[in-house]
Amino acid sequence: MMTGTGHRARGGRGASRLSAAAWLYMAAVVAAALAVLGQAMGADPGLDFRVGQAWPILVLALLFLICDSAPATLASRQSAWSPSSSATLAAVVLIGPVGALVVGATSLLSVRRGLDLTQRVFNASMYGLSAYAAGEAYLALGGHVGHPGHGSFPGIIGPFAAAAVVHVFINHGLLWGMLMLVPAAEPGPLHRHMPLLFLADLGYATLGLLIAALWTVGGAFAAVLVLVPLFVARWAIGQFAAQEQAYAATMAALCQAVETKDCYTRGHSERVSRGSAMIAREVGMRSSRVEAIRYAGMLHDVGKLGVPTTILQKSGALTEEEFAAIQLHPMRGLAIVREIGFLDEALAGIMHHHERIDGRGYPMGLAGDEIPEFARVIAVADAFDAMTSNRSYRGARSIGDAVADLRKWSGTQFDPALVDAFVAALRREGWEQPRPAAVPPADGTAAQDHDDPTAPLRVVESW
Amino acid sequence: MRPGVAMTGAPGQAESWRQAMDSGELLLVAAAGMLVVAAVAQTAAVGLVQPRIALAFGALIAFGEVLRLSLERGRESAPIGSAGALAYAVVLAVGASPARQPALQVIAVVAAGMVLGALPHLAAGRPAGLTGIASRLIAVAVVAALFRPLSTVLPITRPRDWGLALAAMAGVLVAGWCAECLIRALINADRLRARFRVALWDEMRVQLPLGAAVAATAILIAFAADMMGLVALGVFIAPLLVTQMAFRRYAGIRATYLETVRALARVTEVGGYVEDGHARRVGRLAVLVGRELGMSEPELLELEYAALMHDIGQLSLRDPIPGGATVLASPQQQRRIAEQGASVIDQAGVLDGVAEIVRCQSWPWRGQDRQPPVGSRIIHAANAFDDLVGASADASRTVAALEWLRLDTATEYDPRVVDALARVAGRRHRGRR
Repeated sequence: MMTGTGHRARGGRGASRLSAAAWLYMAAVVAAALAVLGQAMGADPGLDFRVGQAWPILVLALLFLICDSAPATLASRQSAWSPSSSATLAAVVLIGPVGALVVGATSLLSVRRGLDLTQRVFNASMYGLSAYAAGEAYLALGGHVGHPGHGSFPGIIGPFAAAAVVHVFINHGLLWGMLMLVPAAEPGPLHRHMPLLFLADLGYATLGLLIAALWTVGGAFAAVLVLVPLFVARWAIGQFAAQEQAYAATMAALCQAVETKDCYTRGHSERVSRGSAMIAREVGMRSSRVEAIRYAGMLHDVGKLGVPTTILQKSGALTEEEFAAIQLHPMRGLAIVREIGFLDEALAGIMHHHERIDGRGYPMGLAGDEIPEFARVIAVADAFDAMTSNRSYRGARSIGDAVADLRKWSGTQFDPALVDAFVAALRREGWEQPRPAAVPPADGTAAQDHDDPTAPLRVVESW
Repeated sequence: MRPGVAMTGAPGQAESWRQAMDSGELLLVAAAGMLVVAAVAQTAAVGLVQPRIALAFGALIAFGEVLRLSLERGRESAPIGSAGALAYAVVLAVGASPARQPALQVIAVVAAGMVLGALPHLAAGRPAGLTGIASRLIAVAVVAALFRPLSTVLPITRPRDWGLALAAMAGVLVAGWCAECLIRALINADRLRARFRVALWDEMRVQLPLGAAVAATAILIAFAADMMGLVALGVFIAPLLVTQMAFRRYAGIRATYLETVRALARVTEVGGYVEDGHARRVGRLAVLVGRELGMSEPELLELEYAALMHDIGQLSLRDPIPGGATVLASPQQQRRIAEQGASVIDQAGVLDGVAEIVRCQSWPWRGQDRQPPVGSRIIHAANAFDDLVGASADASRTVAALEWLRLDTATEYDPRVVDALARVAGRRHRGRR
């Protein structure tokens, strides 16, 4: 089941910085949960709390807490996953909707680190509501509350499946709403994991039925046995997320190594990667393509390694040979990354990121729609970052100036639709300009940059 | 990124694993085959007991086998199939009536399901995976042979006997798991020339999480089948499918990770800092030497990363060393390159062990304040060896390079590493001829 670990985005935004809309949303969820609980208690006080049911509630709540307290943190660090839905769904069958609500609400007591009170209250209300709705769905389809016996199968499966689906939908829906209202540092990873986690929740929900069925045979011990596959699942999903993070970090470090040659381009790859992903999301690419373009942006200049430093930082006009060496860098980049099992699209993006819409770019001189979409996206982000960072021959330009320049060359150098998308994304998400390079190199006399449209490379014409 | 890309090992290695079966694998498949023939013959003679139950479990096993999973280093697993097979071996009652299948019938049904499930793989042009099937089958055979006789003497399906039945099931499942690990370790030790104890340990470490999930699910299915009848099989595929999906993604990203580091390690070659293919050759050589010295798989992975990235520090040099051969650079310069490389890797924040190996790669093995880690000593020697020999297949050059390394074993190169390197290089030459 999904939880917000919170609204605590990277950069230490605490819950106190929530927007008014987010507070309102949260209050509504909590009020709904309290209203449901109050109404059920009022209608039939003590219905779900007969002495015989205290024990299952206690055991299931404990199972829930164990699962919920050790979730797999997802890459975005904004949410976490744990297989705790099996406990609430077992409660739906064994105790009924209100009992399930109580089990879900024990999330309030979760011993997970780093949760503040508002997060706990929201999580508890979210779980309580989804568990209660699941219980109602189960009853509505003719499910029978109590210990299932030999005669209950297979009739119980239909109502239980409905309960599981309702539970997962409401849980994800409520969390989704919260995440929409909280400015995420990087919304990408979570979106990407959603389908997997959605399926994972549905899959593990069936363990709830297993706990309920085995309760008749083995009592509370059923819950203990179920913990084993639950924790293996948690382990695997956690490992996956950890590996993915390690992968991204290693990639970033290696790209940075490539940049050590020139302190002015430090961080360039990462910012281009971020900018490309912003554009990609803005034009509505699906998450796997956004992910691919993120890596393509990161690696787009890897081929610069094959260009001698003296040429890259040359201040005067380049000879034709030198210019040819620079024009080769996208191809060299391709040679390096070709063997990574990437989407072919990412490779095309790396190879063609210096093409121009008017066909005067390199290495192939493609024009318009001949240029792969990834390459057109990277070209915009690449030029924008080159203009807004410091160079030895000029200070960083302001975002406004750079946007004006992008617009000026929109249609000749850049794809106009993508420039518009980038400007829209900039307006919404903002842009973190690099800090001025701390150490100017002793011999940093470059007066041009191959990425910078405001200071294009000068080539000595030879005839 | 494509999950489930071909797995790990040096590419050449992976191919040779597939090409031919080693004698050990052949022996295993033959033994399993004989067992199956005996089981089928016996079952045919006495007739199938409770055919409906056999059919349901057989179908589940076949389905699980279709969805089999590649794990790291060419391992295969079929969690759903294994859980179904083990559940069939330990199930006590289905829908309140006792399950009475004898052990040999379990083996016959499981084998039929596995073979059926392997057919789609063959049709799609993938290897049938006979070794994996055989080792899984033997694990099930061990469990069935131990548990089926027990099930007739233990009155274990009523609530008060829950604990006893559970203990018996858990015991035999652990025995089956150990048998499978043992077999796989023997095969791996034979195939990769790894040490048996190390191979066994690696196998148990890799198989533990999935094995625990599979065994627990088998027990759960066995108990649930009593209450729910055969419906239990259908219902509990779902959680296993999810676990499997998570594992598949995990294996996929691990493969991509290694692939990416391998590719990016080439930046030094494209930049003209080192000779073509240097990083890869050093990587492969280092892993072979490490295995020869009995390093475990996690250590070997770390070593491979370090070997691939050992020259990354050269990127900070303004001008490449002529020919890229760091063996000829001054010790100070070598150290600076190593430090720079380590600080690059440190930035990733997740490869501390790798950074440490890279940092100490140019240290002499003796006469320092502390001894460099064994990974560094291996890379130190492998790097020098490759700088001297390169891509050349010339035996006399190999001999000369080894001689050169041996002359320096007093302080510079660890003699144990150089000996292992000589054995690896010797094998390679014999293999070529």
